[in-house]
Amino acid sequence: MQHVVVAAIGAIVNLDHPAHIIEWHFIKLTVSNVIVIGLMFVAFFAAILLPFPGSGARREARRGGDKS
Amino acid sequence: MSVSPPRPKSWTVRVREAGVEALPPEKLLPDGQPTYVASWIYVFGVASIAALVVIIGSGTILALKGPAWWHYTGIGHFFNSIHMWAVELFFFAMVVHLWGKYWMAAWRGGRTRVWITGAVTFLVAVPTALTGYVSQQNFDAQWISTQAKDAMNSVGVGAFFNLTNFGQMYSYHVLIMPLAVVGLVGAHVLLVRRHGVVPPLPFHAARAGADVPAAVREGPSTPTGPSNGVA
Amino acid sequence: MKLLSLLRSHDDTKPWAGRYAPYDLVKELCIAVGVVALLAIVFAVVFSSPDEKPSTIAQWSRQMPVDFVNTAVKELDGTSGTAEYGPPYNHSSGSVQHFLFLHPQRWLGVSHPINTAQDYVLDPLKTIPDNPALSGAVAQYEAAPENTQKGWTEAYAKPLEEYVTAEEEKKPLPSTVSVSPATGVVNVASVGAGPVPTMMAGLLSLAKSGGVDGALLTSSQFFQTDYTKPLLFMADGGLLDARAEQQHLLGEQWGMMNETGSYPGQVWLWLYTLWYQVEPFKSSANADLLVMLMMGLLSTLFICIPFIPGIRSLPRRIPIHRLIWREHYRSTPGA
Repeated sequence: MQHVVVAAIGAIVNLDHPAHIIEWHFIKLTVSNVIVIGLMFVAFFAAILLPFPGSGARREARRGGDKS
Repeated sequence: MSVSPPRPKSWTVRVREAGVEALPPEKLLPDGQPTYVASWIYVFGVASIAALVVIIGSGTILALKGPAWWHYTGIGHFFNSIHMWAVELFFFAMVVHLWGKYWMAAWRGGRTRVWITGAVTFLVAVPTALTGYVSQQNFDAQWISTQAKDAMNSVGVGAFFNLTNFGQMYSYHVLIMPLAVVGLVGAHVLLVRRHGVVPPLPFHAARAGADVPAAVREGPSTPTGPSNGVA
Repeated sequence: MKLLSLLRSHDDTKPWAGRYAPYDLVKELCIAVGVVALLAIVFAVVFSSPDEKPSTIAQWSRQMPVDFVNTAVKELDGTSGTAEYGPPYNHSSGSVQHFLFLHPQRWLGVSHPINTAQDYVLDPLKTIPDNPALSGAVAQYEAAPENTQKGWTEAYAKPLEEYVTAEEEKKPLPSTVSVSPATGVVNVASVGAGPVPTMMAGLLSLAKSGGVDGALLTSSQFFQTDYTKPLLFMADGGLLDARAEQQHLLGEQWGMMNETGSYPGQVWLWLYTLWYQVEPFKSSANADLLVMLMMGLLSTLFICIPFIPGIRSLPRRIPIHRLIWREHYRSTPGA
């Protein structure tokens, strides 16, 4: 009983139900796995596209300015 | 002026001098990076290490309390959840890091061993996770161990690596595999420190090496690094 | 010589001789640990983690008594999955895989011997005290010649097999097998089964009480951490499979990548499980070995990317690097 209570209060979003499956030709993936894979691509492209802070310091360094 | 005879070198001195020569303190912990290190893709390496730290931290709590604890207490289940999500984050960060390093051709400039240690780390992390999954002592562990045993047996490994032997798998998961992963990550990071972050590919990389001027390839030739002189 | 020159990289990368900007690595690591720890804690609070309770032989025998008895009689007569498996459990060959001249499963031998008749049926039955009828049945079975034993088990197993097959194919169930609602005993209408019905009834009763779980775990010593015997026994039956199918964990469901419930699983196993879904692996009796060899080859190639012509030069041809290092190129004259 204690275990059931622990499990019930342990999650705000309950994922303890059979997964929904995305099927495409012979490929079968759970929704959560598709989300994880999708987020990997999002993270990769965001990482290479978003500007990285510190451009001012790098510009100074290229000009031969002081590094602090 | 008299020249003092060379002192016989003890093993300790030899190891120390070799270490300091390979990785002087300014190289081991530089306070600057080349100006081309200017992309968020670079954080996925340290994010992988950070995830490994959280895995080991949460795993240590789970190990301190024993393998049954997390099934019967809310706080134990919470630490198991942290451990599970940290593993997901670890593989997530490693994969994005790997993609970035591939498209940067980060093995260039004598960094082959950096690539190799990184690739082997990923490949060792997979069975590390497997030993964890079969140590859960729940239905998932029952299923994974009885299924994956066929793959292990088919290559003969099942004769000495028994997925259905909880005691053995727990020992591998808590001690042997983490030592392997940490050792590989340590070697990987030290090699990065030794060789530096890989310089950019030439802009016209597809035809580089043939007719692209040297000045275009690598930037100014005057060393203007920080006081550590990292190259 | 030509091969060596092909493998040798035309690497023109020179050590960086340009400028450095301040970069605090220790602060970056601390921030990264803080961010990742926070993310893991947030996910743990929001989603928690799965913990499906394990199956036991007691549950199996109570929920699926016919399946249990069907499996038990196969363990007794040596026709179960484990009995016919081969190394590392025994010298059979039902699940022994090979590829060309490679027979690693045979080469490494029997390192975890399991005699299914003794371990799963006869030894647990011998732990039941004060039951002369059962002890007599076991003694009668053990004293009989092998072909007599085989005749008895086959007579008992045939109606059970027909029942289980009809159940799987969703056909009308034969009346030769029934479960008494009052006692839970599995009645099998069989002729010439000798002492086997008495033995199976005794084993079913022991299993329902949890006695078989205990007997299989502590058979060699009090302290035990090796669950191979009870796990293989359960895996020979249908309970684990039934639960796995519900949770989308079967091989044909790409289950290797999945976690119980709707949690994310092991997405990094995508390529490993993909091979099992395509020919020639899908229908091969040596699928596991073939897939392991394929993944071993691909892993080796992955490690050796710096040496593989074509693969190592792809980053030059598909210039994703121009996005990564765009600030550098903009500030470099002539780029």
